[in-house]
Amino acid sequence: MIAQLFIEQGLNGLQLGITLFLMAAGLTLVFGIMDVIHLSHGSFYMLGAYLTATLGARFDSYLLGLALAIPLVALIGMVVEWIAIRRLYERDHLDQVLATFGLIMFFNEAVRMIWGAQPIFLSPPASLAGTVELLPGIFYPQFRLAILGTGLAVAALLGLMIRRTRLGMRLRAGASDRAMAGALGVNIDGLFTIVFGLGTGLAALAGGMAGTVLSVQVGMGESILILTFVVVVIGGIGSIKGALVGAILVGLVDTLARTMLPVALRSTLPASQADSVAASLSSTSVYVLMILVLAWRPKGLYGART
Amino acid sequence: MAHAPDFRRRLALVLLLILALAVPPVLSALGQGFYVGFAARVLIMALAALSLDLVMGLGGMVSFGHAAFLGLGAYVVGIGSWHVFDGSPLPFGLAGSENALIVWPLAMLVSGLAALGIGAISLRTTGVHFIMITLAFAQMLFFLAGGLKTYGGDDGITLYSRSELAGLKLSDPTTFYYLCLGLLVTVLALLLRLSSSRFGMVLKGVRDNERRMRALGFPTYRYKLAAFVLSGMICGLAGALLANASEFASPALMSWQRSGELLVMVVLGGMGSLVGPVLGAVALMVLEESLAELTQHWQVILGPLLVLLALSARRGLWGWIKGRDGAP
Amino acid sequence: MRIVSSTLILAGFLAASTHAWAAPGEVKIGMLTTLSGPGSSLGIDVRDAFNLAVKNLGGSLGGLKATIIEVDDQQKPDVAKDAATRLIEKDKVDFATGIIFSNLMLATMPSFDRAQTYYISANASPSQLAGKQCTPYFFSAAYQNDNQHEAMGHYVQAKGFKNVYLMAPNYPAGKDGLNGFKRYYAGNVAGEVYTTVNQLDYAAELASLRAANPDAVYVFYPGGMGVNFVKQWEQAGLKGKIPLFGPGFTFSEDTLAAMGDAAVGTLNTAQWSPDLDNPQNKKFVADFEAAFGRLPSVYASQAYDAAMLIDSAIRKTGGKLDDKAALGKALMAADFKSVRGNFKFNKNHFPIQDFFLREVVKDSKGRYLNKKIAPIFQDRGDAYVGECSM
Repeated sequence: MIAQLFIEQGLNGLQLGITLFLMAAGLTLVFGIMDVIHLSHGSFYMLGAYLTATLGARFDSYLLGLALAIPLVALIGMVVEWIAIRRLYERDHLDQVLATFGLIMFFNEAVRMIWGAQPIFLSPPASLAGTVELLPGIFYPQFRLAILGTGLAVAALLGLMIRRTRLGMRLRAGASDRAMAGALGVNIDGLFTIVFGLGTGLAALAGGMAGTVLSVQVGMGESILILTFVVVVIGGIGSIKGALVGAILVGLVDTLARTMLPVALRSTLPASQADSVAASLSSTSVYVLMILVLAWRPKGLYGART
Repeated sequence: MAHAPDFRRRLALVLLLILALAVPPVLSALGQGFYVGFAARVLIMALAALSLDLVMGLGGMVSFGHAAFLGLGAYVVGIGSWHVFDGSPLPFGLAGSENALIVWPLAMLVSGLAALGIGAISLRTTGVHFIMITLAFAQMLFFLAGGLKTYGGDDGITLYSRSELAGLKLSDPTTFYYLCLGLLVTVLALLLRLSSSRFGMVLKGVRDNERRMRALGFPTYRYKLAAFVLSGMICGLAGALLANASEFASPALMSWQRSGELLVMVVLGGMGSLVGPVLGAVALMVLEESLAELTQHWQVILGPLLVLLALSARRGLWGWIKGRDGAP
Repeated sequence: MRIVSSTLILAGFLAASTHAWAAPGEVKIGMLTTLSGPGSSLGIDVRDAFNLAVKNLGGSLGGLKATIIEVDDQQKPDVAKDAATRLIEKDKVDFATGIIFSNLMLATMPSFDRAQTYYISANASPSQLAGKQCTPYFFSAAYQNDNQHEAMGHYVQAKGFKNVYLMAPNYPAGKDGLNGFKRYYAGNVAGEVYTTVNQLDYAAELASLRAANPDAVYVFYPGGMGVNFVKQWEQAGLKGKIPLFGPGFTFSEDTLAAMGDAAVGTLNTAQWSPDLDNPQNKKFVADFEAAFGRLPSVYASQAYDAAMLIDSAIRKTGGKLDDKAALGKALMAADFKSVRGNFKFNKNHFPIQDFFLREVVKDSKGRYLNKKIAPIFQDRGDAYVGECSM
């Protein structure tokens, strides 16, 4: 019984972690290579969810919807980069905060105008709607396992790309010394556009998958955005490996705090009070984690530069 | 030659003051008495933005968690009022209170202490890590406030009456407006003085080049911390006023979106000029309100406006008003 | 100079938005409800049904031309509070209605009370306003929060369940709800879990639930929370293994379509269902479906009744909106035909009505709806009327 609970919660934590990784990987690249504070990253997560829902309904296939939504959002991301983000590279962080804050407003309202204010409920494909018996007596929804698997596969592919391809080499060069990389002939402008598109595509994947577990609604990007920033800082700005480790840490800490704290507090407080104190304490657990990590490693776990 | 920009600046300030004084009678004449309450809210947010400019513009510390001080100030007033309504005593046998002369300074004290604690830890980092840690602390306070079930938790505290201030009827919108205006002008004048004082000079020096200031022998950490605490106290006062204006205090006041809004007001108005953020607050709130009257989709207009502003005007509204000449 | 021009522009913006007093022969209604986020399906039903009622009355209430000012409270107490202040002071509404969630109701009622504006609730009916904080300016056209839960507790107890797991969102109505259930259920509580309002992912809670191994589960999750819970309940393989019960709020027509087959067969309790056999209900359901292309929910029925109640009260006072005392008496008389059949007010301004068991079914047209199965309570008031000093 306890083992089952533990394994199930552990898997839930990993699933949250994987979603955060997909978001954090894109953000850490943008932050690390382009040195841009990109607050509207969550908006692409939201767009990914909405487009998956709409295209999935159109072609009556969730998977097709997801597969089409990702490149579409990446394309939108590249257009946004070309129009707005590009002009922010030379500016200081505050102008970037102001501009991307404005972008969040714009995207939220645009989505509300196109799709309406009511949330959309996205269902996973019928083929994955059942449960899997992982070990005797331990059940877990198929779809969540699929999310976990997809995320891990993408992580592996990203790692491969960064380490083994030319593009990855250029990304690593740009992350460690942008000016030098440019001086050595890397097409920085083109590289940046690709990085941005890659990041937003990953965010769309995260949104499209998360939309089945949560629901698709305006402003859904904001709540995950803050956690994503925390993950990026914990992992170290610019490091994909840091994003992975940080994301899994955050996912596990958050889920385990949420499950264990109520149980711990029930023994001393009445149910409703115990639950609200537990909820607020477990929400702070991630930030406490970040402060502890920064106290130990001021640049994050795998951070190389400021 | 050095007098011309200074004269222009002074004239602008005087004109703004006259306009601010004229707001309640003009609104009443237009039959828009409701908006006097809104105008008071604008002044309160301007005070909060001003406090942020002290650390950001003068001190170079970008705090993404200033809404926490706003919320703390509001909660002090809220909790004091709650205990009056409920009749139950506070810890240490204290009683609830709605006396402004007690709870407002207390709000400033609590915010100042919080700023001391947060600043002491956060100021050991710089750059984006400083931003993230101030954000983290604000988030923690936000969630902790939500956990305070006795004081309403996420649903907040409803204040049944405003603070009592020595016989003034704060529930009268016009009286309240002039009080807020008076406080704002006083704080602004004090901070302008501070900016050109020795403390302000050192602070600006630290903003421009901390290493050099340290080499010159200044205890830069202490100066930054002092500015942070002062800023927290002013923001706490704004919070106390805000609780009175909305007759409500809730964790939503401490959200990161609120902190972001304050940041936007400062940058919009012109960081470092102190007067600029006041204008930034006015502009943002009036724009939001008037656009909302025109269309419910006002955000789709305001968003790109903010983007354009970020991409163009380097010195914000105040820079635009003063013209290209003159120092901030 | 630039300052002058910029001020003039801003002043122009403000002056462009003038709102007049209601002219004589007119009545202004403030419709403050949740139109966005997971709780929006309830607010949209309330708004649509209220508008439908006014339309059926020829665009007027009690003979006065009705202007409905619609505001979205976004399910946030601070937004609701500001919106209430605005409706009272700027728009100067004569009546207010629409709030769905009890935490917002408790945050805003003091403002309505102070302004002596009558608030007719189409949903939120917290225990505080039924008892200790009762006020003459609050009337509930819906129920008292505990009622539907009390009815279910009664049923579950009668059926012999001994180990029930309870879940609700952590806000006043959630607490009222589980209290109401426990008032009539005497068995063991296997677990009492309060989740965060608008939480959408229940994986962790479902795992704990499975570990507790109850013989039945009772959940109160309105709107989007319910949709997500029921879908994840099915995905976790729990449907069919453990019986699931809820109040009518969890299984109401505004969300049944999104839940789909996962909800079919579940039992719930309410004071209304679409198949109630009286002439005004038949007309209401038919009109609603014709106008909006979907079946009305219990929330819609409450809002429709709220409009009819206001109409009857204005008519009774001959359109004199300033005579607050007379309006209050007229509202108390509840002289209108409710879509529920019987309707009268208790002395604390909360209804006395019948509650019954409903089952979720899928009809021949493929629509998901509730069917009335069996009566549970007759002429039920509420548990808090004794605490009210009115």
